[in-house]
Amino acid sequence: MVTTTNDSTRTHGLNLDTLGRVNAGKNIGDETLALEVENLNLFYGESQALHAVKMVIPQNRVTAFIGPSGCGKSTLLRCFNRMNDLVDGCRIEGNIKLHDQDIYDKKINVAQLRQTVGMVFQKPNPFPKSVYENVAYGLRIQGINDKRRLDEAVEKALKGAALWDEMKNRLEDNALGLSGGQQQRLVIARAIAVEPEVLLLDEPASALDPISTLKIEELIYELKDNYTIIIVTHNMQQAARVSDYTAFMYMGKLIEYADTDTLFTNPSEKQTEDYITGRYG
Amino acid sequence: MEKADIGHHISQQFNQELEDIRSKVMRMGGMVEQQLRDAIDALTNMDTSLAEVVITNDYKVNRLEVELDEECTHILARRQPTASDLRLILAVIKTITDLERIGDEAERIGRMALKFADGDTKDTKALVGIGHLGGHALNMLHDALDAFARMDAEAAKKIAKQDKKVDEEYENILRQVMTYMMEDPRSIPRVIGVLWSARAIERIGDRACNICEYVIYLVKGKDVRHTKVGDAEKEAREDK
Repeated sequence: MVTTTNDSTRTHGLNLDTLGRVNAGKNIGDETLALEVENLNLFYGESQALHAVKMVIPQNRVTAFIGPSGCGKSTLLRCFNRMNDLVDGCRIEGNIKLHDQDIYDKKINVAQLRQTVGMVFQKPNPFPKSVYENVAYGLRIQGINDKRRLDEAVEKALKGAALWDEMKNRLEDNALGLSGGQQQRLVIARAIAVEPEVLLLDEPASALDPISTLKIEELIYELKDNYTIIIVTHNMQQAARVSDYTAFMYMGKLIEYADTDTLFTNPSEKQTEDYITGRYG
Repeated sequence: MEKADIGHHISQQFNQELEDIRSKVMRMGGMVEQQLRDAIDALTNMDTSLAEVVITNDYKVNRLEVELDEECTHILARRQPTASDLRLILAVIKTITDLERIGDEAERIGRMALKFADGDTKDTKALVGIGHLGGHALNMLHDALDAFARMDAEAAKKIAKQDKKVDEEYENILRQVMTYMMEDPRSIPRVIGVLWSARAIERIGDRACNICEYVIYLVKGKDVRHTKVGDAEKEAREDK
């Protein structure tokens, strides 16, 4: 249960009413936090894409962002590793803290940030290289060329991505010859090879068949022991299956953020209810 | 979410499916209500032909329960309902279980009526209380179904409280029939029949109370089972 407090920062932007319900299984107030978003506004040129977003991302949990197309969920996701820096005319107000360190601070090394906060995209995008070289890529960039260290890291990453048994005899095969599901898991292996803390998944299974999707979901469940995971998905059932907390966004605003069980059985906002039950507002 | 609304889905077909289920529950509720009314009438008036009707009609209630269960299963599998839609389906599945049991109790009362009418004496003294008790339970069931139809959690809360009255009246009957048994031991077999019927009616009050709890869950998303209704009210106030 939520401990009552007058300190509004303790609510972490979550609706305490929702979390205080009898059936709420989890309480974000008890979680260790990985990321904190404070009053984030984002503009693409003149148009504002995110409006005063305030939320926290708990460590070693899966947090899902859902909402209709154009609601800002991918934009918000890309803020966590400053991918929006690459977009012309993109301007950000407010801040995001990773373990109390402002990631938009001028002193931050962005390349290092993206290593700590890894990202996987909708379409698998392996390099046209061997399976082994795909996974070893990030380490080689860091200047690690010792064969034994690379071997160990590749095996660990592939095991972490539930791909080792399928790939251990195909390490020299070209990654482009793998199936879509295998490619996506390979990309996840590539992301975890550099040992990030946070993994951002942008529609990681929307281009995959149901079985490969289930494998990715199973992988997400296993990965959360070691990583903090944020997933953007259009598939609400997927969000319901894999996540611990779910945020519903609409028109650039965070409408409701609650533990997944509550959000999908008893949301407190009408807009959330209408969206997840497929009603027009 | 205070208001439960089963329409306004983008999928018209889904609206239709939910509406079909809801109206079928209402049909089943009406049928069970009629069964109970007839059973109580048959018992208090010792009307054997009406009792026969109640006994033979029970299969209709059972058939509706099976149909509704199947339709709910289809919706769960095909639509994966969430939020108020999910709560509606769960409330329906639970409500129809209780309705079917109420139907069984009505059938049991019908059988008692047959036995009672077969007895040597036509002494109906012990049956007066049953009429009252039955009337209360019937009202509770009617109002509970009404609250379900209108998805009215406030009404459901009030109705659930009436169960206490039914329980009290049952206790009265219990004391009364004990007196009869002590006064005239020959009346025991007959009076036991009355006792069983009173017990069946008291259970119907409990089941109507359950239906009220499902309505509260459906509308407010709160599970108030195994809590005092007073506590539920307190929680609801704090929630506002």
